[in-house]
Amino acid sequence: MPKRPRTLLFLIIALTIAAICIDLPKFKFLGKTFSHLSINTKFLKRDLEPKLGLDLAGGVQLVMSADMSQIEAQDRDSALASAKDIIENRINSLGVAEPTVQSAKTQGQYRLIVEIPGISDIDQAVATVKKTAHLEFKTIKADAPPEATYSAQPQFFESSGLTGKDLKRAAAAPSRDPQKPGYVVNLEFNQEGAKKLDEITKNNLQKPMAMYLDDQPISWPPPVIQSVISDGNAQITGQFTAQEAKQLAIQLNAGALPAPLKIESQSRVGPTIGADSIKKSIFATAIGLFSVAIFMLFYYRLLGIFAVLALAIYTLIVLAIFKFIPVTLTLAGIAGFVLSIGMAVDANILIFERIKEELRWGKPKHDAIFSGFDRAWSSIRDSNVSSLITTAILFNFGTGSIRGFALTLAIGILVSMFSAIIVTRTFIRVFWARQ
Amino acid sequence: MNIIKYRNLFFAFSLLILIPGIIALFLWGLRLGIDFSGGTLWELKFKEAKEISSHQIQQFLTEKGAEVSSIASTSQDTFLIRMKTTDEQKITDFKTNLSSTFGQTEDIRLETVGPTISKELTQKALTVVIIAILGIVLYITWAFRQVPKPASSFAFGVCTIIALVHDVIVVAGIFAILGHFFKIEVDSLFITALLTVIGFSVHDTIVVFDRIRENLKTHSGFSFEEIVNHSILQTFARSLNTSLTVVFVLLALLLFGGQSIKVFVLALLVGIISGTYSSIFNASPLLVVWQNFKLKGIKLKFKR
Repeated sequence: MPKRPRTLLFLIIALTIAAICIDLPKFKFLGKTFSHLSINTKFLKRDLEPKLGLDLAGGVQLVMSADMSQIEAQDRDSALASAKDIIENRINSLGVAEPTVQSAKTQGQYRLIVEIPGISDIDQAVATVKKTAHLEFKTIKADAPPEATYSAQPQFFESSGLTGKDLKRAAAAPSRDPQKPGYVVNLEFNQEGAKKLDEITKNNLQKPMAMYLDDQPISWPPPVIQSVISDGNAQITGQFTAQEAKQLAIQLNAGALPAPLKIESQSRVGPTIGADSIKKSIFATAIGLFSVAIFMLFYYRLLGIFAVLALAIYTLIVLAIFKFIPVTLTLAGIAGFVLSIGMAVDANILIFERIKEELRWGKPKHDAIFSGFDRAWSSIRDSNVSSLITTAILFNFGTGSIRGFALTLAIGILVSMFSAIIVTRTFIRVFWARQ
Repeated sequence: MNIIKYRNLFFAFSLLILIPGIIALFLWGLRLGIDFSGGTLWELKFKEAKEISSHQIQQFLTEKGAEVSSIASTSQDTFLIRMKTTDEQKITDFKTNLSSTFGQTEDIRLETVGPTISKELTQKALTVVIIAILGIVLYITWAFRQVPKPASSFAFGVCTIIALVHDVIVVAGIFAILGHFFKIEVDSLFITALLTVIGFSVHDTIVVFDRIRENLKTHSGFSFEEIVNHSILQTFARSLNTSLTVVFVLLALLLFGGQSIKVFVLALLVGIISGTYSSIFNASPLLVVWQNFKLKGIKLKFKR
């Protein structure tokens, strides 16, 4: 550590300015828009935007379990991976900023954890995600009355043996047939699917073929088989709108996934309450900081000023670290941060009380300051370690908001040790000890 | 001020809070939130607010086949509905039905936890608590490995843990009472709060014990009782001031912060107040009690 407190002071000021540059929100001044920095180098990319968790941004978290009972053990991992792919695609089609899909395997359970923050129409989002299901192509039963062909009632259909497993992909495309404008859906089957389709189309020419997703018919009334298809490339021509065709293609693609997903748990936060929580949290944090500052000034007077300055720097640095890592802020995370404010001051209080005591014992100011920091250090170190142990355990074993809390609290504790020991000491040495 | 002299008074005050809490824990236990019990929590706002009572909604939903366990109105037109785990499809149906009868609705939040997940979470929570306590105990043993005579590091460790258990029981007991009378539920964040309180409690106790350790080295002429009392008084301002700042920020969060973490913040608040109390008025006086017992033992042996 540099011997000269002045050098340290400049370092602290530089660090503070860097933190301010990161923390700065977008604002306008003299007609120009200013904003925080962003890092864009080859090795490190950070937009340094604040990241908000579900409870602040609003949105939905779904925990879905995949039913693997119909899938061979060795295929289960890849089935989960493809489920993840498909869900990701569907969510991306919703056009939300930062959706995440995680796959998790615990105690023989295959799960997908989907988070869609900042979405306004949660119902639609959940519906889109949820539709991932078992796709089946059904043909009309042999013993169905002839009029069933035309009225196409669901009870007259039976499984054709052709399922989502046989389907490679489906895609919407504009129709090339000038007689039938609009959109079509192209289906591409795999080898086995092509074989099955060949058979089915031969036996069911001019009869309807229905598509069922999760036992629900899609695109009803069903399309009618117009010709024998033996190359595995089929087309549904229903004079769809672009939207309808896209939706049908998405549903068919989802069906290409044979492991049915079930929503095991979900958590939805409406967008209004999210915005409301942000406002409340900022207000509460400000009140908390303010009351701590007032208390320190009132109780410790001159020393209090140093503590408040250190607290301000502490806040700036912690926020900058949150944006840099980046930490996704949740309500619990904010609680962790706010709690760490209290702890940041704790180190200062320990030191100040010690200095006051040493002064009372008649030590000269310079010695009192020195031994105040020196003696308080073992208490600060030992006592913070117990909190750090707790946060480490919480972070490793917790999920979601617990991790957020543990992370913000741990960052807060670490920075608080820095601010109490180095920042406050430098201030005191530069501005007080020499008087 | 002589805290050690009046130690029995302070122990009695702790028991005054501990005993009802323990009784409540045995009688009613904690009211488990859906994290642990599984279920659906649905907060719903009626946009075209007419005079709707929670009773009306309960009746309506039950008729439609919902397994409603309770409904509470959180504000004039907003209701918090608790149900058994209800799947997405049914919720959508209920919503359509509710909207068509009572007018437009808006989901404020909707949380569903299925039975497998709640079971896993409960297991996980128990594991975390056990690991945390083990970690802390190990740490305490290490932190007090060198304590000058006449005290023993074993006594320091045990007293820290008694203070910690005191705080956990205070928080859990108070929440068992709150759960019974005000239907306040505990979720996984509550476990987080408990662990944080454990960390804090140890933190507070260590500061006092650290001072006792230091004074034992420098003030060897005084009796153990005097040294402990002196150390408590020396650290008193610090303990109180630190707690006050933490209480300030937590009160700010409790009064003005987001709704969904209020129970969490309340648990932290109770725990931190208890932690400060136990480190000053329980942990250190207990050290003296321990020491006296040991001395008595030695004297008795002498007489024989």
